[in-house]
Amino acid sequence: MKRTKRRYLALQVDSDGAPTPKEFIDAVWSAVTKLFGEYGASQTGLALIDYNEGEKKAVIRTALATVNIVRTALASITCVAGKDAAIHVMAVSGTIKALYEKISQ
Amino acid sequence: MKKTFADLHLRLNLKDSASASRIINKTAKLGYRLIVVPTTPETSQDETAKLQRICNEAKIDLATRIDIKPRTQNELTHQLRRLRRKFEVICVTCENKEVARQAAKDHRVDLLNFPSTDFRRRFFDRAEAELASKSLAALEVDVKPLLVLEGPARVRLLSSLRREIAIAREFHVPIVVSSGVSAEMQLRRPRELAALAFLYGLDETSALEAVSQNPMAIIKRNREKLNHRFVAPGIRIIKEGKDC
Repeated sequence: MKRTKRRYLALQVDSDGAPTPKEFIDAVWSAVTKLFGEYGASQTGLALIDYNEGEKKAVIRTALATVNIVRTALASITCVAGKDAAIHVMAVSGTIKALYEKISQ
Repeated sequence: MKKTFADLHLRLNLKDSASASRIINKTAKLGYRLIVVPTTPETSQDETAKLQRICNEAKIDLATRIDIKPRTQNELTHQLRRLRRKFEVICVTCENKEVARQAAKDHRVDLLNFPSTDFRRRFFDRAEAELASKSLAALEVDVKPLLVLEGPARVRLLSSLRREIAIAREFHVPIVVSSGVSAEMQLRRPRELAALAFLYGLDETSALEAVSQNPMAIIKRNREKLNHRFVAPGIRIIKEGKDC
């Protein structure tokens, strides 16, 4: 079987409060499901890799084929845990190492 | 080449300079190089100067825009005659077919906008696109309704937008994706606006053009026309005085 290519996305959560990792990933799943349905969401292979509650930064993983779907869903998020919020994509990379290098630049 | 991103529809409360300053600074931070703020003929010069100062501090370019909602063809032409030389961008919100058709064929109109929630009044069909393709008007799509609406209303909007965008692309009508937001939390990065445009069926290249090249082309063209040296397309005064 062919290996699934993945992409890692570094995200910045812009919100009044500090959402917990569960609240954050729930908001992402909810946005993906709302826009693309359960079938679309099942193809994304979304996973939360890292979440810094203090800095409100997160790293998520998705399949390369569904990067556009995930980016669109992330842009459509307007609230996390009942508070107004926006999620901005800081960087996209094929490996976690390269992603952290990109962010630190 | 690095893209220059522009938001042609940033709604600011000109009376509240603190909030305006916060939003402008955030827009600059998100990667925009130019913002266009809707004003009215009644907007005082003080308010415009204050806005310009905030933009200079944030190192972001500012252009002015007026949104007109004429009820008849005559009202539209009258308003265009009165306002064209005063604003860098003129957007016509088409509330009936007669106005929509006139706006699409008038060279003085930059942007065509349609009510986002009233689907019966979205008149961007093939005839409208054909007229717009012969003039300079572009189709403007605001992202705000996509963020605010939910459920069936958003589904209907997406369906209408997908159809309109397909028509616009068929007739080579430029598409401009703007934010149309007035709150800080609703601001999105240019690439995020482009990502949302994926929902209307725009591919990545066209979506990025809709937030960079297309809006910048409108501003460049109009600034050139509003320049006191402009005479006609292709003709401009390069020197004046007794020694000419």
